[in-house]
Amino acid sequence: MTTQLALSQLLNGLQLGVLLFLLAAGLTLVFGIMSFVNLAHGSLYMLGAYFGAAAFANTDSFVLAIIAAVGGAGLVGLLLDRFALTKLYARDHLDQVLATFGLILFFNELIRIIWGPSSVFISAPKALGGTIDIGGFTYPSYRFAIIAAGLAVALGLYVLIQKTRVGMLIRAGATNANMVAALGVNIKWLNTLVFALGAALAGLAGVMAGPIVSVQPGMGEPVLILTLVVIIIGGLGSIRGAFFAALIVGVVDTLGRAFMPTIMRSLMERSTADAAGPALASMLIYLFMAVVLAVKPQGLFPANVAATR
Amino acid sequence: MHKLVVALAAAGLVSGVAFAQSSPLKIGFVGELSGPQAPLGQDQYDALMMVIEQNGGKLGGVPVQVIKEDSQLKPDVANQVVDKLLEKDKVQIITGVTFSNIMMAVHKKITDKAVFLIGSNAGPSPMAGAQCSPYFFSASWQNDNQAEVVGKYASDKGYKNVIAMAPNYQAGKDFVAGFKRSFKGGTVTDEIYTPLNQQDFSAELAQVASKKPDALYVFYPGGLGVNFVKQFQQAGLNKSITVMSTSTVDGSTLPALRDAALGMLSGTFWGPDFPNEANQKFVAAFEKKYNRIPSQYAAQGYDAALLLDSAIRKVKGKIDDKKAFHAALKAADFKSVRGNFKFGTNQFPVQDMYMFDVAKDAKGRVSLRTVAKPLVNHVDAYAAQCVMKAL
Repeated sequence: MTTQLALSQLLNGLQLGVLLFLLAAGLTLVFGIMSFVNLAHGSLYMLGAYFGAAAFANTDSFVLAIIAAVGGAGLVGLLLDRFALTKLYARDHLDQVLATFGLILFFNELIRIIWGPSSVFISAPKALGGTIDIGGFTYPSYRFAIIAAGLAVALGLYVLIQKTRVGMLIRAGATNANMVAALGVNIKWLNTLVFALGAALAGLAGVMAGPIVSVQPGMGEPVLILTLVVIIIGGLGSIRGAFFAALIVGVVDTLGRAFMPTIMRSLMERSTADAAGPALASMLIYLFMAVVLAVKPQGLFPANVAATR
Repeated sequence: MHKLVVALAAAGLVSGVAFAQSSPLKIGFVGELSGPQAPLGQDQYDALMMVIEQNGGKLGGVPVQVIKEDSQLKPDVANQVVDKLLEKDKVQIITGVTFSNIMMAVHKKITDKAVFLIGSNAGPSPMAGAQCSPYFFSASWQNDNQAEVVGKYASDKGYKNVIAMAPNYQAGKDFVAGFKRSFKGGTVTDEIYTPLNQQDFSAELAQVASKKPDALYVFYPGGLGVNFVKQFQQAGLNKSITVMSTSTVDGSTLPALRDAALGMLSGTFWGPDFPNEANQKFVAAFEKKYNRIPSQYAAQGYDAALLLDSAIRKVKGKIDDKKAFHAALKAADFKSVRGNFKFGTNQFPVQDMYMFDVAKDAKGRVSLRTVAKPLVNHVDAYAAQCVMKAL
């Protein structure tokens, strides 16, 4: 009974983790290569969810919804990079934060104008709408699908980054962008590619989260905060770090929420525990981040950033 | 030439008459019109404006001008816009107000100025009790009502073992307290409070599933409700656990939920399927104009508009006579969409409270359907604490 509960909570944590990884991968790549802080990453997640919902409403096909979300968010990312952000790459981080925060407001308002302030409808594909029975407990099949898709994307990214020429350039760019440029690689083109890839992954995360969470303006901000925690714990610029940190954060956050209130209740009076339990549970990942930073200031799996500015 | 002079004179005369009438009665509207909770304020506003439009720009036979202000769910912003309405626009009536914390921030400054405040959503407990004012009327409900009706329903159903879930903030705790107050014969075995910004309830739902309660009481307004219902349904729990809710499945969230919400229960004062004539007229007109099923927030805005219409008509637009206007409002001489409507001593409605379930309506759309009337002529729990000052 309790092991089943623990198992199902572990799966919940894993599912949150892979979703966070999809977001963190793009964000950490962009930071690693361009040293660019993109707070509007959550907006790309939101756009992915909306593009997916729009395609779903018109075609009733979840596959087309995913294609629309990935393609749409990737395209927006590409346009953003070309027309809005290129000028900011050379500026300092404060300017970048300010400008991309402005983009958050812009996209939230744009979405509100186009789709209205209410949540829009998107549901899991029919085949994944039910639950799966595993060894005595049931688990939503759609969440299983998220875990599977997330792990598949992680594998794909690993192959792309570690085994291909483009991946090699991306890694090289993360280590020393100037040297890569000096060796005759079009670093601008590489930047755009990485940015669009990150945007597409955020869009994928958005559309996959759509059937679970409310698709509404501003949906990207809460998840952005978790994503920032993930890339800091994992080490800025490191995909591998983002992967493990996302899973750790997902599991720690979920298990904290699941068991902290019960633990607190065994330690103190119920009314105090009811107030302290959820509060402490939501602090847990930040405490974890603080510990990681104290022990390993570069994060768990720092990218090779020996020669950075 | 002669003709021209006559025409000009006539035009002058006409415009002169028009001028005499053209300083319309100013009414301030304050509500949440941006951000995640905007659908609530927007529905209140849309229904108010629909009544005014139906009456040719008038309420109670008098031309009115509505000055719309967005309080952005920020008490400081609400204070600024109310100051503007009171000092610059010099309105004599303010209506709307969506959230209780906004209401608490502004109500005193409005009623202290002897300006009439017709709330069409928030009904925080202090205003129904010790802080009641002759200048405040609620066209909606006292907050606790919507939880009490669910508690009564759970008692009537004989549920023994109920778990309560709500966001970890004041309103969440108030609703759970209201539910517990009227839930007799069973116990609330667990109360789960989630952080207000938490989007994913998988961990909590797994806990709930393992405890197998008879029923779950939830309060998750707006987008949180959409999250909750989707995840509850996907976890397959809707087959085994009854969900009773307040402000979770309503007109503002059902369009985003559709079939996922089928079978869930909700307690409130009004539903779009009420057969009374006033309601049929309202629902038909609202659907025609806005192409969606009205939410309860729209119904509240509509009733607030009808209340103003009736009172302004009674005093023939002379709302400077505060005493007469107050008496006219108190009389509540209008056909409410909820059927019977009257004000109690604290000027909150004394009304029947209902339970609804989510079901397909005659047109196959997912909507609310009346299933029970657990509370009849219900007076809120704070009315006894109100000592109403004479005007």
